[in-house]
Amino acid sequence: MSNNTVPSNKPIKSTDLHIGEAAPGCKKRDPILVADGVSRTFGGLKAVDVDHVEIPRGAITALIGPNGAGKTTLFNLLTGFDKPDTGSWTFEGRSLSGMPAFKVARMGQVRTFQLTKALGLLTVMDNMLLGAKGQTGENLFRAIFPFFWRKQEEDNRARAIDILERFKLDTKKDDYAASLSGGQRKLLEMARALMSEPTLVMLDEPMAGVNPALTQSLLDHILNLKTQGMTVLFVEHDMHMVRHIADWVIVMAEGKVVAEGDPHEVMRNPAVIDAYLGQHHDEDLGEDPAAETEHVEAIKELLD
Amino acid sequence: MIDWGAIFSNAAVELISPTTAAYALAALGLAIHFGYTGLLNFGQAGFMALGAYGFAISTLSFGFPVWGAVLVGVGASVVFALILGIPTLRLRADYLAIVTIAAAEIVRLLFTTNTFEPLTGSANGLSGYKGGFSSLNPIPEGTYGFGPFEYNAYDWWLRIVAWTIVVLACLLTWQIMRSPWGRVIKGIREDEDAVRALGKNVYSYKMQSLILGGVFGTIAGMIFVLPRAVVPSNYQTSLTFFIYAILLLGGASTILGPVIGSMIFWVLLSFFSGFIARAVEAGWLPFMTSIQAGQLRFILVGVAIMLIVIFRPQGIFGNKKELAFVK
Repeated sequence: MSNNTVPSNKPIKSTDLHIGEAAPGCKKRDPILVADGVSRTFGGLKAVDVDHVEIPRGAITALIGPNGAGKTTLFNLLTGFDKPDTGSWTFEGRSLSGMPAFKVARMGQVRTFQLTKALGLLTVMDNMLLGAKGQTGENLFRAIFPFFWRKQEEDNRARAIDILERFKLDTKKDDYAASLSGGQRKLLEMARALMSEPTLVMLDEPMAGVNPALTQSLLDHILNLKTQGMTVLFVEHDMHMVRHIADWVIVMAEGKVVAEGDPHEVMRNPAVIDAYLGQHHDEDLGEDPAAETEHVEAIKELLD
Repeated sequence: MIDWGAIFSNAAVELISPTTAAYALAALGLAIHFGYTGLLNFGQAGFMALGAYGFAISTLSFGFPVWGAVLVGVGASVVFALILGIPTLRLRADYLAIVTIAAAEIVRLLFTTNTFEPLTGSANGLSGYKGGFSSLNPIPEGTYGFGPFEYNAYDWWLRIVAWTIVVLACLLTWQIMRSPWGRVIKGIREDEDAVRALGKNVYSYKMQSLILGGVFGTIAGMIFVLPRAVVPSNYQTSLTFFIYAILLLGGASTILGPVIGSMIFWVLLSFFSGFIARAVEAGWLPFMTSIQAGQLRFILVGVAIMLIVIFRPQGIFGNKKELAFVK
């Protein structure tokens, strides 16, 4: 494959993705994923309450928001790992509501996890091979007879080596995944997802816990996904990274989509600043001596 | 004094006894469940009981031929696995443990209760179902063998069949565990959500594993009752724990572990009981009666399991390298 070249430091941004004003829930020219009225409550807490959102095809979309905004919950819902209270969504025009996670993955919508899930006591190679789709040898009865699956296994192995080389993990292929460092596990998880030849890759905090030296290489890999024609949706906290690689940003707060737009515009949106810093961040809270003494009294009472 | 020759030859007999084969096969089934898939099945005794009773009842009450009786037992265990698996395999691993331990007890109590005495023989159990199996015996009448391994034609026939089944089961397990199917199974043991995210139907794979290991347990239950009678008290929870002891002794995710583990377990158990019984007779252990001596061997089994888990948690055949990464 031709992706061994180091991508330029200035990634080419996809533009002109939306129709009309860049507002929460705005229409996209070519959406790959469309969600409507998705909500999920945990007890009394409304974790996700999204009216309408569209993910543009062939672009890198970042899903950002403060802690507890419902980003990961939305991820879990869209990938079938959790069931919503209400709502429906389509992937490439086909409804995904109520579909179990493994079927979602088979349709080409593959995800990774915030806490890396490398399969520790399997080798790196076995981790990769597990990602391949439609394996004949995964049927119990055909598994008994190697001639049914040997050819396919060899093809998958060749493809796995190819991807591992790109991720610079090929020298580790016979080691247990448990022996990899945290950053390498992130790479392996992404490489494994690629084995299934997805159309939409959903990355849940790909940069969490990765050292800065590896960050650049991870960023390049994510940009590579786009050049190969895949759509990327990722959750991230690191604003520099979001600004650097995202073509479109969706901001969530308290379960709702509060803003959308291209990364530079959206950071200036007052709704985003409110979401991150609180609505009263620019008001002088001042000192309230009356309240202060009241607190001191209360604490003293507690101490007694 | 102590007759060491008798102790050692009695212990050596256990090496190839059908009981050892039965335990080896049941432990291999558990290796599929626990060692490879990560399913905590604490009801292997229930699967064995279904095999024993399925075989005996269909022979005695319904006059089934041997193959028919085997199929009844296997069918019963598939149904049992489905009943256990459908509600629990979607839940966390520990729920399966609780449900299986309870279900195995329910099975044993159903076979013990007086209500079904005409079929099950209640607490007395069943006997006299071996005619079909022994009539298939191609070995002419007589006694064969050497030293402690001297048996009549039926006993040799039983040993040959039992160990052939064990070898075939080992080969089958080895083959499927190195196939893509086995890779999915081992992936589920490590992290089932990750496997689900890669488009594998985890629930279905866990069910297949539960059925396959359960069928191994069922066939083991049939082998177990061919040299003896079917008695419900044999299928207590302790049977499952002995099989777990064998599995951990040999190595949980290995093929040879359960087989060699079963041999070591039975040889040692026989050696201990022979030695202690004779040591009490010879007055070496004056603080003990012979009844207490009979129980002491199980205490020693308990101590042995603890020592294995502490000093060699990967078992005899387990990979030391794996241990470095156990959380």
